[in-house]
Amino acid sequence: MSEVDPTATGRPRADAPEMRTTQNPVAVEIVQLSKWFGAFHVLRDIDLKVMRGERIVICGPSGSGKSTLLRCINRIENWQRGRVIVDGMELTDDLKKIEEVRREVGMVFQQFNLFPHLTVLENCTLAPLWVRKMPKKAAEALARNYLARVRIPEQADKYPAQLSGGQQQRVAIARALCMRPKIMLFDEVTSALDPEMVKEVLDTMVELAVDGMTMLVVSHEMGFARQVANRVVFMDAGQIIEMNEPEAFFSHPQHERTRLFLSQILR
Amino acid sequence: MTMDAQRSYVRRALTEPEPPPTASSGAFGLIQQRLFDGVLNSTLTIISLVIIAAIAWPTVKFLLIDAVWQGSSRVDCLPETVKREVGACWPFIAAKFRQFMYGFYPQDQQWRVNLTYALGVILLVPLLIPRIPGKGLNAVLFFGVFPVVGFFLLVGDVLGLEHVETAVWGGFLVTLVISFTGIVGSLPLGILLALGRRSDLPIVRTLCVVFIELWRGVPLITVLFFATYMLPLFLPGDWRIDGLLRVLIGVVLFAAAYMAEVVRGGLQAIPRGQYEAAMALGLGYWRTTGFIILPQALKIVIPGIVNSFISLFKDTTLVLIVAIFDLLGQLRAAFADPNWATPVTLFTGFAFAGMIYFLVSFGMSRYALFTERRLDTGRPN
Repeated sequence: MSEVDPTATGRPRADAPEMRTTQNPVAVEIVQLSKWFGAFHVLRDIDLKVMRGERIVICGPSGSGKSTLLRCINRIENWQRGRVIVDGMELTDDLKKIEEVRREVGMVFQQFNLFPHLTVLENCTLAPLWVRKMPKKAAEALARNYLARVRIPEQADKYPAQLSGGQQQRVAIARALCMRPKIMLFDEVTSALDPEMVKEVLDTMVELAVDGMTMLVVSHEMGFARQVANRVVFMDAGQIIEMNEPEAFFSHPQHERTRLFLSQILR
Repeated sequence: MTMDAQRSYVRRALTEPEPPPTASSGAFGLIQQRLFDGVLNSTLTIISLVIIAAIAWPTVKFLLIDAVWQGSSRVDCLPETVKREVGACWPFIAAKFRQFMYGFYPQDQQWRVNLTYALGVILLVPLLIPRIPGKGLNAVLFFGVFPVVGFFLLVGDVLGLEHVETAVWGGFLVTLVISFTGIVGSLPLGILLALGRRSDLPIVRTLCVVFIELWRGVPLITVLFFATYMLPLFLPGDWRIDGLLRVLIGVVLFAAAYMAEVVRGGLQAIPRGQYEAAMALGLGYWRTTGFIILPQALKIVIPGIVNSFISLFKDTTLVLIVAIFDLLGQLRAAFADPNWATPVTLFTGFAFAGMIYFLVSFGMSRYALFTERRLDTGRPN
């Protein structure tokens, strides 16, 4: 397992020149974010600042709004009050801004959401070809590079349905990486996988972390949080209850709710 | 002797995978297994065979065995002349064949119709065969260039070609023209309407809903009637729109409304995750729709789309109401010819028309099935 210094400032390694980082020291800034689903107040005045190169793990019980918070960062969900600023660009109803932000933020989903009618390679090259306007050869080379990074270069010409869950999720990660994003969002990416496959995906994510990627991860995998996170955020009922460095978070949780939550998942 | 339940077990030697057992003993075994195992299945098989025989035998008898193959007038198809029971009167079809195929298109100009058919076939067949490359160019030629070329070939009035009024077009030519225009026009328009109906912009959505509900709310006959007889009253002054063109416009708009709902069903079947993944990658609305959503949605509703196409193809017979003589129209006109009036003329005519309609519809149906199988990339093998 790679050694990851949780206190690292997240500057990219010299030998990983492909990683792009934000110009701003602040990668994501969320100010007093509030969202309602109809009458249900799902996010309540969230304040969060994510620095460049940081790895944040967000945990909490179901329905706490963790996924919703993540999905606000690339405006897959909109909000009624508050501000979200990604890499210096504020997200509003302005479509151009939204698309600019989405180009720089990659997201991996719990249900993989691969495009079933395209091969693995086509899944990965679609966005670079049509959004970044890369020439076809360059896009394919890029895709094969990232598929090799996630350790499945030989699957390039298969269709998603022919792959196992762990392989599909790694394709999803490669697909997001092919857009060379500055920030990666992981929404419970191992929750739909069985334990053997969970490890292969987590290992991939650890490598990404080592390379200095700014990551926001919603996960129940506390081992991963301990290993990789700079900060662990605990959310419940739409609010951030507690936030701390992993060591402190796991050994000395301060809030009652956090203690209850940890006692239930860390047996 | 009682056996104690085993408490623990460890496998000593792992078995290798073996090939599956082959189906029992060849063709005869298969027939016996599938059709005749057990009393119920055997009875059903026998009843089915009896029904098939009861239908197939008289059909074959009428169409082939008792049919008359040579002749020049009604007399040759009468039982008195032939001295036996008479089946289909094929000379009738042969004599009227030109009318069935071309209507009253001038005989010396019919080569233009043949040329148009030939062009159509030459462009369509490579499009249908998956292995042949250059599909993009082929599609542009078939859907873009061919209609224009076909139009000028058939109507004339250019390049020294004699002008042929659409009023004299008839028979299968008219059926094909209306079907082709309807199919090629309704699918893209239907897709746009379906997308518009799901739009977030209230004006676009309302317009699409109104359009769809309006055109679905009236029968095709009234659409044809309105287009042919009422539309000229709404047009300013001397403006004249060709009779066939009016029908074509009506058919396309009508079919597009139905197609829109079929496509919308497909769009609704796409999981939200597909939209979200495309959004997260930065693909905008049109790229998401064109590359991700529509290919999947259209694949899902191929049965519905082909259904609409087949329906449209057969609905062309309704143009008889507005005095346009498609295949069936020409057939009915031919029935009125006293030179060919016999007891079997009607049956022969309808059998002929029925076979043509069936062939085309069945062909579309099988091709759709073939396409579905080929596009089924969701299967693990």
